[in-house]
Amino acid sequence: MGILSKLRKRLRFFYRLFLRKDRLKIGIYGPPNAGKTTLANRILRDWVGEIIGTPSEIPHETRRVKLREGVKIQVDGKSITIDVVDTPGIAAKVDFHDFLKYGLSEEEAKRRAKEATEGVIEAIKWLDDLDGILLVMDATEDPYTQVNVTIVGNIEARKLPLIIVANKIDLPTASPARIKAAFPQHQVVPISALKGINIDALYKAIAEKFG
Amino acid sequence: MEVNLISKEKLSRMGSMEKIRMILDSVKEGKIVVLETGLTPEEEAKLIEVTMLEIDHENFVGIELESYPQKEKSIISRILGKKQGRLTIIGPANRLKTLEKREDLIRALIT
Repeated sequence: MGILSKLRKRLRFFYRLFLRKDRLKIGIYGPPNAGKTTLANRILRDWVGEIIGTPSEIPHETRRVKLREGVKIQVDGKSITIDVVDTPGIAAKVDFHDFLKYGLSEEEAKRRAKEATEGVIEAIKWLDDLDGILLVMDATEDPYTQVNVTIVGNIEARKLPLIIVANKIDLPTASPARIKAAFPQHQVVPISALKGINIDALYKAIAEKFG
Repeated sequence: MEVNLISKEKLSRMGSMEKIRMILDSVKEGKIVVLETGLTPEEEAKLIEVTMLEIDHENFVGIELESYPQKEKSIISRILGKKQGRLTIIGPANRLKTLEKREDLIRALIT
């Protein structure tokens, strides 16, 4: 990595430390189908009464970064204004055959796969413009995937504040403890974005960590 | 199935893009690449980015990449800001499948 790039990262770290912005850009990251858009919708519905996208069981439903500016979150007298950045799921492979089983035509599946690859690139590039990250993991699945490890490594390298959101705790096989064991160095907040379970704990964590 | 094991010494002489190019060229030829010291998180992200650019939806649909998580850095490496990668295996997504991954164990199936 170049000296300039290192210097820029260091300057950004000190900028964040001493010159707090009035409004912070918070990225919602994670692998496909972890519930990123469902979480973004939950946050926006709770604080501004709108949604940002339509979740789907088909992977890579979000294929472009979506931004909603100026979301004011108030918890225990503390308030924080954030720009919510909902990102496409990050993956190292995109096979259009995987979409065919959801009833898509080959043409639709190939178009979706092409857009998904572009979405992954866009999501990675956005990491350089954010002030904090909500990393969403599906609590019913093994958290030790390379995508999760790579995202956490990149967030740590950029010295960005991170909250890991253990999502889907409404499902019987969910195990937030497994996520906590895999990433013990980071704060993990178990929630169900769909049902709103424990969502207040997440807002409190957002206000404390990013505020 | 050809497996290329790349030593720590060879990797230390290569730049980031040189490593990424070498990995993708080998993987697109159907080979498995094992890196003794792995990649930094930034290099892994770059590898994913370049992989996405090269997916053609017919012959190459992406990579399977697995490495051990980074260990806590020593005080000296913290001061020097030096990252220590760990053993990493990379292969074509349609031929390499990870069966299990733990802190010190990766079980994979090559077909």
